[in-house]
Amino acid sequence: MLSARNLNKSFGSLVVAQDVALELPKGARYALIGPNGAGKTTLINLLTGMLAADSGTILLDGGDITDLKPHQRVRRGLARTFQINALFPRLTALESVTLAVLEREGHAHNWWRGLAAHRQAIDEAAGVLDSLKIPNKETAELAYGQQRLLEIALALATRPRVLLLDEPAAGVPKDESAALFSAIESLSGELTILFIEHDMNVVFRFASRIIVMVSGRILVEGTPDAIGRDPRVREVYLGGHARAA
Amino acid sequence: MENANHLENARFRPLEYVFWACLLLPFVVTPAYLSLASQIAVTSLFALSLDLILGYAGIVSLGHAAFFGVGAYTAGLIAKHYWTEPLSGLLIAGLCSGIVGYALSHIVVRFRHLALIMLTMGFGLLLAEAANSASDLTGGADGLQGFHVPGVLGFKFDMFGRAAYAYALAVLFVSFLVARRVIHSPFGLALRGIRENAVRMPAIGAPSLAHLRKAYTIAAVMAGIAGAVLTHTTSTVSLETLSFGRSADVLVILILGGAGRLYGGIVGAIIYMVARDQFSGVNPQYWYFWIGLLLVAVVMFLPNGILGGLSALRKKPQ
Repeated sequence: MLSARNLNKSFGSLVVAQDVALELPKGARYALIGPNGAGKTTLINLLTGMLAADSGTILLDGGDITDLKPHQRVRRGLARTFQINALFPRLTALESVTLAVLEREGHAHNWWRGLAAHRQAIDEAAGVLDSLKIPNKETAELAYGQQRLLEIALALATRPRVLLLDEPAAGVPKDESAALFSAIESLSGELTILFIEHDMNVVFRFASRIIVMVSGRILVEGTPDAIGRDPRVREVYLGGHARAA
Repeated sequence: MENANHLENARFRPLEYVFWACLLLPFVVTPAYLSLASQIAVTSLFALSLDLILGYAGIVSLGHAAFFGVGAYTAGLIAKHYWTEPLSGLLIAGLCSGIVGYALSHIVVRFRHLALIMLTMGFGLLLAEAANSASDLTGGADGLQGFHVPGVLGFKFDMFGRAAYAYALAVLFVSFLVARRVIHSPFGLALRGIRENAVRMPAIGAPSLAHLRKAYTIAAVMAGIAGAVLTHTTSTVSLETLSFGRSADVLVILILGGAGRLYGGIVGAIIYMVARDQFSGVNPQYWYFWIGLLLVAVVMFLPNGILGGLSALRKKPQ
């Protein structure tokens, strides 16, 4: 569904992505792990076009999206969330998600017809909020955990085929993060998901496959079992607190 | 009067009817001040156009007079060389400033913050100097004179200024209705999205730059119309319409009244211009002292402008 070949990116002498290649099949649940500074968020930025790659190709469902702008990639079905909340503080949750629906439907350029006339978009947005149990308040007034869910709701409202989640549970207390991942797990099986996560319990529970990144390169990719046993992974990343998978 | 839930029907609220009814008061209460009232209406419209880009889309501009001036000169040139019917002149003036706005928008929307302030200021100065040097066309420092717009729709622009104020107020009202519609449209929501988080917008599939170009163009049209009304009601165009001072004044007016609330520009224009009129009467030399004091007081005690302060007061008891 989403594939990348030979992605390279460096800032001066700092190489943040080196010959990165990945292949996410339809409906996959991939975890992207690696030590801090391994280039995980950078990879998401490259895939979504928020950073321009120095070289390489990115294909979405067979189509080349390498030269598309970020919003065009979203329209093709590649959505992401942010590690640090990137929300619209003074819009309500419903307004925010409605905006994403309107953009997807191409109605957001309409400056004459009232918002209230776009009942379908509003109802659809309300449905997304309902399914994630997000109350309709001004975004700034939502509890932190609800804001993390709104991050996902905004991405879902674009009706993605591939969803890249950058530490969806960042800053959420451990006991709540399981609930958050359950919500993610219950998303449509058609949806291809790649998520960055540090909590190995969560990774091994929710990922069908794991990609390990170190210093801008993909070290290894495999099933949780294989990754758990891989001595290189233990050495560079899992270290002493390796979980017996 | 401020950001209510935009997803609901955007009907006029009772307070808004009262507000607009109050704008009719000068006809009966202060008939001697109708020409000031016309200028306030013109400036209100100018501030409203700035509110669309500053208050809603977050584009700071210190050169917004460029569009006001283009509209004013277009209207003046039409009246001087072609015909003096104002409504058609108004539309053409809006069209011309809209074209200039659309052209500049391709550059302007790529920048933010300080760079944006410098850029808009630069464009403003360029246009002002261009008008100054093209004195054959514009009359240069003497201004564009030698034409007279007799009236609109059969009502004469006379010395009492009744028709002039009615004209300015009607144009303000119609433009306000348009602005209000824009704000309550999907496009208006997208603009608020850009203001709230420009980085997130592409990530929900929004072509932010295209949105901003459109907003900038709409604002330019509106500013040009404001300039044209000034031309029609005064039968003269001066370089001041393009000046940096006018750009700065309108920014101050909008911040004073409260940006991002549609009515902020009107309230700001009324207070600022009435205060200037009164202070300059009391103390012609030092009236800017009082304006300065007013600004400091508003920024310190009402950081969201006068309307922001009022709406905070209204929310408190709950």
